[in-house]
Amino acid sequence: MSRTHVNCEVNGDAVDFLTEDGESLLNALRDELGLIGAKEGCGTGDCGACSVIMDGRLQCACLIFAPEADGAAITTCEGLASADELHPLQQCFLEGAALQCGICTPGFLIAAKALLDENPDPTETEVRYALAGNLCRCTGYDKIVRSVLEAAVQIRTPA
Amino acid sequence: MSTTEAAASTGTNGNGASGYRWVGTRPVRHDGLDKVAGKARYAADLNLPGMLYGHILRSPHPHARIVSIDTSAAEAMPGVKAVVTGADFPEAPPKGATRNLMCTVIARDTVLYSGHAVAAVAASTRREAKAAAEAIEVTYELLPHVLNISDAMADDAPVLHDNLFTRGVEPRPTEPSNIAARTVYERGDVEQGFAEADIVIEREFSTQAVHQGYIEPHACVVDCDQEGKAVIWASSQGHFKVRSATAEVLGWDTSRIKVIPAEIGGGFGGKTTIYIEPVAALLSTKAGRPVKIVMSREDVFRATGPAPGAIIKMKVGARNDGTITTAKAWLAYENGAFQGMAAMLGCMCVVSAYTLDHLYVEGFDVVLNRPVNVAYRAPSAPAAAFAMDSVVDEIAERVGMDPIDLRIHNCPSQGDPTPYGPKWPMIGLRECLEAIRDSDHYQSALPAGQGRGVASGFWFNIGEASSATVNLNENGTATVITGSPDIGGSRASMALMAAEELGLDVHLIQPVVGDTEVVGFTDVTEGSRATFATGMAVVEACRDLKEQLRKRAAKTWDCDVEEVEWVDGSAVHGPGEQEPLTLAAITGNAKRTGGPLGATASLNARGAGPAFSVQVADVSVDQETGRVTVERYTTAQDAGTAIHPSYVEGQMQGGVVQGIGWALNEEYIYSDDGNLENPGFLDYRIPVASDLPMIETCIVEVPNPSHPYGVRGVGEVGIVPPLPVMANAVADATGVRISDLPLSPPRVLEALTAAES
Amino acid sequence: MRYAAPTTIDEARALLASDADAIVFAGATDVVPQMRAGRPEPSMVIDLKKIDRLMSVSLDGDTWQVGAAAPSSALTSNAAFAADFPGLTEAAGLIGSDQIQNRSSLGGNLCNASPAADSVPALVVNDAVAVIAGADGERRVPVADVVTGPGQTSLAHDEIVVCFELARPAGGTSDAYLRLIPRTEMDIAVVGAGVRISLDGDGVVSAASVALGAVAPTVVRVPAAEAALVGSSLDDAALAAAAAAASDACNPIDDKRGTINYRRQVAGVLTRRAAGIAADRIRTRNGQNGAS
Ligand SMILES: Cc1cc2nc3c(=O)[nH]c(=O)nc-3n(C[C@H](O)[C@H](O)[C@H](O)COP(=O)(O)OP(=O)(O)OC[C@H]3O[C@@H](n4cnc5c(N)ncnc54)[C@H](O)[C@@H]3O)c2cc1C
Ligand code: FES
Ligand code: FES
Repeated sequence: MSRTHVNCEVNGDAVDFLTEDGESLLNALRDELGLIGAKEGCGTGDCGACSVIMDGRLQCACLIFAPEADGAAITTCEGLASADELHPLQQCFLEGAALQCGICTPGFLIAAKALLDENPDPTETEVRYALAGNLCRCTGYDKIVRSVLEAAVQIRTPA
Repeated sequence: MSTTEAAASTGTNGNGASGYRWVGTRPVRHDGLDKVAGKARYAADLNLPGMLYGHILRSPHPHARIVSIDTSAAEAMPGVKAVVTGADFPEAPPKGATRNLMCTVIARDTVLYSGHAVAAVAASTRREAKAAAEAIEVTYELLPHVLNISDAMADDAPVLHDNLFTRGVEPRPTEPSNIAARTVYERGDVEQGFAEADIVIEREFSTQAVHQGYIEPHACVVDCDQEGKAVIWASSQGHFKVRSATAEVLGWDTSRIKVIPAEIGGGFGGKTTIYIEPVAALLSTKAGRPVKIVMSREDVFRATGPAPGAIIKMKVGARNDGTITTAKAWLAYENGAFQGMAAMLGCMCVVSAYTLDHLYVEGFDVVLNRPVNVAYRAPSAPAAAFAMDSVVDEIAERVGMDPIDLRIHNCPSQGDPTPYGPKWPMIGLRECLEAIRDSDHYQSALPAGQGRGVASGFWFNIGEASSATVNLNENGTATVITGSPDIGGSRASMALMAAEELGLDVHLIQPVVGDTEVVGFTDVTEGSRATFATGMAVVEACRDLKEQLRKRAAKTWDCDVEEVEWVDGSAVHGPGEQEPLTLAAITGNAKRTGGPLGATASLNARGAGPAFSVQVADVSVDQETGRVTVERYTTAQDAGTAIHPSYVEGQMQGGVVQGIGWALNEEYIYSDDGNLENPGFLDYRIPVASDLPMIETCIVEVPNPSHPYGVRGVGEVGIVPPLPVMANAVADATGVRISDLPLSPPRVLEALTAAES
Repeated sequence: MRYAAPTTIDEARALLASDADAIVFAGATDVVPQMRAGRPEPSMVIDLKKIDRLMSVSLDGDTWQVGAAAPSSALTSNAAFAADFPGLTEAAGLIGSDQIQNRSSLGGNLCNASPAADSVPALVVNDAVAVIAGADGERRVPVADVVTGPGQTSLAHDEIVVCFELARPAGGTSDAYLRLIPRTEMDIAVVGAGVRISLDGDGVVSAASVALGAVAPTVVRVPAAEAALVGSSLDDAALAAAAAAASDACNPIDDKRGTINYRRQVAGVLTRRAAGIAADRIRTRNGQNGAS
């Protein structure tokens, strides 16, 4: 079976991988690149667990054919922290107990980053609607929404 | 009011108010960093060299005899390394729990629901495995099917099992039926109770089957070697259960199997059983390679988990002063394709939040052509509470009493008999009712146009077997190993209890979930038991360690051990002749005082504390479209003692939102031909973030005397009240009572339109 | 299955013409879920997103050209477009989550031919024209004529929707789109209603278009509701008549998302509400113009 060679940038690193054309970017990230942060909760765009930012836009990696990533720049949850510091969203999620089982967490972090990149001072309602494509069955969203709002404050007013 | 303020306002939890140094604080959880960094490994995240992908072929029919299975085409397909069918598994006994488990894992001669596993393939890639599974030819002879309780209980219903005779009926029936069991609880004389009543309300309720809806589909990797040993990486609420159940299905000795718990992406009861592990094990054995099976979301909905739908008839009598005199209940619960005990649990819960002198509760467990029930948070209690608390709300309205006051008036206390037999131990129902009554929410005026509903809920909680090993490291840190998979932050709670016992900073403690070969037997994380029972084992091991530490200090000081006390993480010499020895000083010197320090405790925890929750919601209803919006929600729950209040709140909030989903929009929808029509999150509608307000929490703490720190389980009861809370709030907003769930827009509009004409 | 990413329309059409089993896609937000649900894999998927004209959203004189493969977010983030077509922008902004809207296209929404597609009623009330490239060059077809039944379009196998042409609305005209879903997000419409209204200087309706989604095999234009609105000043009687006409025009089915009766009832309610919103938009805009 023939496989396609894909070159792209993931979390700032130039990477390449081979993939069957019909595979999803999600499976390529997880199986070919070992980036297991993005999860498959549904495979059909409904849960957001696979969220990545590709070329500046928040998308479901399960809906992207892997060859589409050729030439693209992708950010996954693994790319949020710097060498010595977590991203404020990650820190606020930890301190705010915004995760229970944690399977949805990488997707929420990426979706929340996409939101705050565009809207650094969202209202609670804006946060809730921006995160509506990410399902969490454990938390009831309360602590997630609070943590995103808190991270927004921290990003706007660095210590 | 923020969550934290609400919690603090109860005055008993958080930040050492109870006199504890660590218990009740909110440290960052130990496994948190891996989870926010995307490094935590769930079962589907593991890839092994040479690993194959398994794919399971499932029945498209709800009820059919398997005439033949031809796997030859599949075996010839590219990449295929192994194919198995029911015939490759040991023969199942004619009836009983083992048969039910074996036949759920893979069908034998009959498929009993659409989605029932029939055969499986292992191949080099996912796509090859899927293509090959679809090439397996199964010839079915269709049998008539039943999908709902009424049809399944009818005299002329097609019978699923010709050897199923209703239990609990005298004399024992001679004809098989779909009614697996009848359960009765009674006390006093209901007729007398109705005679004493000023008002009698009689209603019939129905709820639909729902799914736990965990975001992580079932997944496992199994590696079997040539000596017959199997290593299983499992996403499960109990890896010891995975070991025993897999052994049971395969007819293997348990010692052949080692189960390594992966991180688990939600369970809520749905991952207390197994589906795929024995299939992967057999494929791996045949192929001589590791095999990974990950369910698709569609398979998760079609073949795992539902919590049952139910039909409940209630007749309740009350006096004009609000005293409930009696209740008569008739409950029938779906069981799925094999017998369960849903109705029995429903019977035990239905009137448990009320004191009753006279009651008669009768329940029926019914099998039908749907996937087998699995536990879902406080199984069976939500539907039962929906029925009872809807009627209680109507009584409050009729007698003109505040619904909370009426519940306080009828509230059981310690020593009163439970409906199902034993006496109530110390419980916190009254405190929860009072917490809601006094909450900012309940004290605030209801905004115009909205409706307010309240309800209460009960759940038993359980104890069962747990083990823990605590090792002290040479640098004065500790490792706490337990056998309870962490499904919502329980590792942090284990560390907090160990920190409190040992007087050690919680960050110096590493809590670990051990595999089946490194830690003692531990039952499934269910029944809200992990922090209670496994926590007890941790405390016991730590107390053993403190004894050892005192002995080491005595040896160092060459004094009597009775002269040594353990205070705040140090050995203190009673007579005061020695400088205190820190834990690190003792472990650093351990080689010279007798070797490393470690302790293990294994126990059968008894005295789980019953849990209660009381909740209030404000809703608005679009009278023209029937859409319900939750405007405000507050929940009070008795945690006994909140070890880590943030994760207690998290359990409360998560349970509430699942209950809201069940009440408003979640339901299994089957077509007439027995196929699930909504096996995905687009049409199986779990709540999304924008559907909800903040969920305000009041943690009530009525300590459980049977636990060293007073813990009651907190995992389950939160899901019980939302069903009646939503129905009562909608009734208050519209003046129309709806007794069938879900309260979806079409149903609500239909009821409003009917009430108008 | 092969993946191809042509950069011109001709190239894309040649690929299609060479393979009877090939399909085009933009966001794949319908294509991938359908494949997961068991639809056979095509031999080739042709990505339209590398073709500039299909991705651009531009104003050409008095006509907006919306690329058929442009994601919904290209509309919702375009203030000038949103000002001209607030209802259509709303409809595009209702499709799925932010994640979906960064992929979902109007071309895909239309050609997937779901009766519940949100953008279609909004396109129809704005008299949108689909520009379709085929063997004989380009043809222009009213959007309402593209879909012929659930999952069915009038497109030939090697035809591609290139863009949608939308004439800028004259002054005193605006649109609105409302849908009913059980949750607040992430649902497919149980009923959708698009309305466009023109008001004359006296606040009397001079023109109206009403189109409904999810209540029949294809989008339903409701002339009777339009007639009820035209000539009125959107008084309660006119709105009630329009609502009744909308309900009558429905030819729905009972399914997992709603019942026949429910869809009928709610189609009227949404039509009335959408007409009110469109009119409010005109009044607000006129008010602002008057003030400036
Ligand atoms: C989670 C989720 C939520 C959704 N919510 C909504 C919703 O709220 N409302 C709604 O209406 N839809 C919804 N959808 C469906 C889908 O997102 C929309 O229909 C979307 O607009 C499709 O666009 P696409 O570009 O992704 O289409 P694709 O999947 O790329 O294509 C769909 C079909 O159109 C054909 N096609 C695509 N472009 C062209 C073209 N230029 N010329 C000819 N044929 C073409 C394709 O061959 C295919 O048959 C949802 C989907 C998901 C996964
Ligand atoms: S896995 Fe991609 S949205 Fe669920
Ligand atoms: S934390 Fe478990 S799904 Fe969100």
